[in-house]
Amino acid sequence: MEIFSNLALGLSVAASLENIFYCFLGCLLGTLIGVLPGIGPLATIAMLLPITYKMTDPTTALIMLAGIYYGAQYGGSTTAILVNLPGETSSVVTTLDGYQMARQGRAGPALATAAIGSFFAGTVATIMIAGFAPPLAEVAFKFGPAEYFSLMVLGLIAAVVLAHGSIIKALAMVVLGLLLGMIGTDVNSGVARFSFDVPELTDGIEFAAVAMGMFGFGEIIANLEQKEKREVFTNSVGKLMPSGEDFRRMAFPIVRGTAVGCFLGILPGGGAVLSSFSAYAIEKKLHKNPELFGKGAIEGVAGPESANNAGSQASFIPMLTLGIPTNAVMALMVAGMMIHNIQPGPQVMNSNPNLFWGLIASMWIGNLMLLILNLPLVGLWVRLLTIPYRVLYPAILMFCCIGAYSMNNNVFDVYMTIPFAILGYTFKKLDCEPAPLLLGFVLGKLMEEYLRRAMTISRGDPTVFVTRPLSATMLGIAVVLLVIVSLPSIKKKRKEAFSEEDT
Amino acid sequence: MKLRNHKDFWSGIMFLAFGVLFMFWSRSYQLGTAAKMGPGYFPTVLGGIMAVLGLIILLGAFARSNTETKVEKIGLKEIVLVLVGVAAFASLLNLLGMMLSIIIMTFVAASASHEFKFKETLINSIVMCVLAYACFVYGLEVQMPTWPSFLVSR
Repeated sequence: MEIFSNLALGLSVAASLENIFYCFLGCLLGTLIGVLPGIGPLATIAMLLPITYKMTDPTTALIMLAGIYYGAQYGGSTTAILVNLPGETSSVVTTLDGYQMARQGRAGPALATAAIGSFFAGTVATIMIAGFAPPLAEVAFKFGPAEYFSLMVLGLIAAVVLAHGSIIKALAMVVLGLLLGMIGTDVNSGVARFSFDVPELTDGIEFAAVAMGMFGFGEIIANLEQKEKREVFTNSVGKLMPSGEDFRRMAFPIVRGTAVGCFLGILPGGGAVLSSFSAYAIEKKLHKNPELFGKGAIEGVAGPESANNAGSQASFIPMLTLGIPTNAVMALMVAGMMIHNIQPGPQVMNSNPNLFWGLIASMWIGNLMLLILNLPLVGLWVRLLTIPYRVLYPAILMFCCIGAYSMNNNVFDVYMTIPFAILGYTFKKLDCEPAPLLLGFVLGKLMEEYLRRAMTISRGDPTVFVTRPLSATMLGIAVVLLVIVSLPSIKKKRKEAFSEEDT
Repeated sequence: MKLRNHKDFWSGIMFLAFGVLFMFWSRSYQLGTAAKMGPGYFPTVLGGIMAVLGLIILLGAFARSNTETKVEKIGLKEIVLVLVGVAAFASLLNLLGMMLSIIIMTFVAASASHEFKFKETLINSIVMCVLAYACFVYGLEVQMPTWPSFLVSR
């Protein structure tokens, strides 16, 4: 079986002492920062991204980055259970039942359930990636520029449809992101666009500076405005081990959640958020006593937690095989790859098999580490949660500032975070979801390039996008998606689905 | 016509303004033709799309079906202090070095909190200096001025 020899190659790469160390470091740092309330995985990765720029081996850098991602995600769940503050949208549903369990003195089993579910989901998702990636990359090799352009359109539309809030605003955010991505030297003509004679701008805006400004600083300012009220269960974590009864109750939700996450994670725009919401809804529907949900049902923790881990891992598939990031975190991953001169896409598997399979195998190792790391260290995470925000945010600022500086050893990148912080804050005040902007930002130049090539080949005939069957199908799906969400009945349902998290 | 959704209204204005601005800036770049696109083609089209989207959002803010919202109060003090802290770090780094810049940034930024305490901030900033030195200078070997430039002999 090819899949096993591939995984064996991956394991041999990932299990090198250096890679294991950085995987561990990534998981640890990710959890450490992800646990802090008010800092989601995006801000965490943005903050730590410059560190990986410094590494010489891209495989190690990506393994660490991926570790940071799982760590941050898991840390977010811990915060959701213990403080009722979701670190990010995908752990919103965890607060519903996880926090209730904590209030009943069952924080320990809730945390353990999340860890066990995540580990199981991670294992299944890793095998799935290994199985799915090669055939998908095969398909991608048949893609011409027109197909790539349409695929990006589909990916961006799907991300818009699944973002919460107004669709048209999200569309405008994508376009704004694409435009910001245009800043810098145009590869075809050599013209420096929108650089206003600033030499640093001819290289384009640093991706990490955008993410830090919008997700790090923008959030900090918004958080500072609200007086904080936190209720932390420091002493009542209790015993960790779930009882036999708990194990029996969590088993099926974990399996179902994993399946949901694996399926939804592959879809463009899917990933962790959609997966955890769907898994929660499914568990509630299937349960004999749905009224238990919201009052500390262990199924309500097991299902969504497995789903969000499976989903976040499955979203690596389109990124690794097609080179299309389907959510903002993957956009950051793409940025991390490009810094090391690796253009994500179907060719990575053949040109850098060590990197490709090493990264996949490290996902499993990372999940194992989280399990080992988190259960004994829960006490430490709980202690971290008691640090007041007024002490935390200057530290975040400091890490971001030095991180931004270290990318090019230039203070310009530090200054650059300021306008994006203002933008991020404005978006928050105006209810504009910033994640689509980030996707547009990474894809901007690529999309233009594919559009140009497709149009040059067709001699300026735009029908090329609808006459080629694959391209037409993808554009068709994008249009159908847009039509569906603008139907009045769906519009109302969608509002209800997303409003659950606001309560 | 009554303005119902203030958030939509202002987002519409923002997108419209950005769209027009980008189209305006793109004027100086060659448009080219559809078969041979110049550097101005894609940005101009995108700017146009964004301006139209902005206009739709703007008009939608008056629609009777739209929910009524107001833009919440803007925390000017928090924005200014946090960002001045960042700007201070950037502008002082080459002159004063990392250590002093961190301390200054911490004090400026921390004063944005409504629970600012002098002593706590002082301790915090010193802890962060040690942390930054251990992580970035010692651990990652980032090349950056650590101490004030006038104290270090070259």
